[in-house]
Amino acid sequence: MVPKVDTSFERHDLTDEQLVALLRTMVAHRTLESRGFQLNRQGKIPFASAGEGHEAVQAGAAMAFRRGVDVLVPYYRDLGLDIGIGVTAYEILLSLFGRAADHSAGRQFPHHYASRKLGLYSISSVIAAQLPHAVGAAYAMKLRGEERAVLTTCGDGATSEGEWHESMNFAAIHRLPVVVLCENNEWAISTPLSKQMAQPDIYKRAEGYGMPGVLVDGMDPVACYAAVKTALDRARSGGGPALVEAKCYRFLAHTTDDDDRTYRSRDEVAERRKRDPVPLFERTLIENGVMTADDVEALKRSVLDETNEATDRAEAMPYPKPEDLYTNVYSANFQPWQ
Amino acid sequence: MAVSSSATSTVMNNVEAVRATLYEALKSDDRTVILGEDVGARGNVFLITKDFINEFGPQRIIDTPIAEASIVGIAVGMAMEGLRPIAEIQFADFIYPSFNQIVGEAAKTRYRSNGEYTCPLVIRTPYGGGVRGALSHSVSIEALFYHVPGLKIVAPAFPADVKGLLNAAIDDPDPVLFLEHKKTYRLIKGEVPDGHYTIPLGKANLLKEGTQLTVVSYGLYVHWALEAAQKLQEEGLSVEVIDLRSIRPMDKGTILRSVEKTRKLLIVHEDNKFGGIGAEISAMVAEEALFHLDAPIRRLCAPDVPAMGYALPLEEEYMSSPGEMAEAMRELVRF
Repeated sequence: MVPKVDTSFERHDLTDEQLVALLRTMVAHRTLESRGFQLNRQGKIPFASAGEGHEAVQAGAAMAFRRGVDVLVPYYRDLGLDIGIGVTAYEILLSLFGRAADHSAGRQFPHHYASRKLGLYSISSVIAAQLPHAVGAAYAMKLRGEERAVLTTCGDGATSEGEWHESMNFAAIHRLPVVVLCENNEWAISTPLSKQMAQPDIYKRAEGYGMPGVLVDGMDPVACYAAVKTALDRARSGGGPALVEAKCYRFLAHTTDDDDRTYRSRDEVAERRKRDPVPLFERTLIENGVMTADDVEALKRSVLDETNEATDRAEAMPYPKPEDLYTNVYSANFQPWQ
Repeated sequence: MAVSSSATSTVMNNVEAVRATLYEALKSDDRTVILGEDVGARGNVFLITKDFINEFGPQRIIDTPIAEASIVGIAVGMAMEGLRPIAEIQFADFIYPSFNQIVGEAAKTRYRSNGEYTCPLVIRTPYGGGVRGALSHSVSIEALFYHVPGLKIVAPAFPADVKGLLNAAIDDPDPVLFLEHKKTYRLIKGEVPDGHYTIPLGKANLLKEGTQLTVVSYGLYVHWALEAAQKLQEEGLSVEVIDLRSIRPMDKGTILRSVEKTRKLLIVHEDNKFGGIGAEISAMVAEEALFHLDAPIRRLCAPDVPAMGYALPLEEEYMSSPGEMAEAMRELVRF
């Protein structure tokens, strides 16, 4: 079930600069996520979620995303994708701290961003509820004859939902410019893949809907970039939807409120850690002469400095005011209780 | 109230009013699309969208798979991406699979993004009984959505209100659930002003003035309550009738002004009494006008059973008749 390690380095069309940018997104993802856990354990924030193990697929997909053109309809475990398309460390810390200047003004759980400027849609935490939105947005793009595409993501558990099926079906019927990227980390909180589906290769379902399905090693950022880029390019040029399955793994518990020791062995996690995508990709870049070990250390230092600075700055920002609870229920010029 | 750009009007039933309004919306705004089951070649099961597909094409008149959750969910995505979707749920009884998309997604889009994204979406659906629709073609669903801030719910009774309120719903920047009572579709005819006009969402209509009792209703029962009130008029009893038109938001002002005048309140609706719209109106009046009341508030609504039955006696027992409404009015006036 675990894809074989491919030791050869295929950079596709990526420049050295882009390869470094990929690593930077991955490192930022990991650093900001562990910052969330640290702040939670310090009692400074109520909640953080975990995507360790998803760094490669998300950094790769974000690089394939065309900023200012495409739309991203993510799910809640997509911090790396958010970072990769332009959400800043400061915005992430504002979200973690629940500050007034956060995208949702402190309403949403962490990592539920919304930015028209970035093409980033607002989501809930309800599994697969975002899929129909992605399909509807893609329909609008196609109706208007635009060369744009929607990238939407989900976990393996989401594929059990009715809305996932309905969305795949509708996207295929209308050949919509939407790419569904399934980040298969094998765990839906405590429920393993074997209890989620009898047939563990999610990409194979694509054929049943009448669209291409692609399997990619979710621990390889360049391979993920290439797979998502091919699918998005195709979608933008009228080729219709695609399903990309990236097999990865969730190294940590579901969230700060979960304890994964209650449902999976430490041996399993340790075994899968051997393919941790962040050190793997660092090594790949060093071995192939894209970066030196010192460059990598400097990059990590720079990300950490940025994270520390963002933490202090966001923490100092005010909470929303109690009266902010009442805004944006309806449009401002509507007075429901006259 | 209705402001017409033209002095002329046309007599229509409620189906024709919905159809004419949708047609104008499609004609006047390229962003408007209609999606739902059998809205294309069949032209909707009540023929509301008949021939639209020929004029506006299958890209804008979208026959969807039988998948109510995504009919609404796709419309949410369309709305966020700048279209003005009008989603149809073929019968209100089929709306349950889309509950999350309406309650969890559409109604919360503006709030959860602090206004960054909005969801200008109309969800139309035929509801209500009296048509031998049995358990799955007769239900009232308004109370299930009544609880949800961020949503607006409209249930017009007259063709002119259908047009003005549907235009307002289509123009509205937030999601609107637009409920069309099946029994009134072809039963109720009326003058509909020509040209474009809107009726503000959240404004009730005082249909008949009276001094001894206020009756509040919406949908089909407005017609029956009016019939009963007119009968009582002949008996020398004076009943005021309010057509809510918009269920959410509630027009508190119109209800309170009337109750403070008549000092008695009867709410009639076809939906179940328990946890229904009448419960909220009763509570509101009890909180804000208790000392104006000369009698306990009364609700004449459906009993606490899952639905009306297919067999005629089971439908009739579930629903309130104009005669039952008249009797409830008499009792309350005489209290």
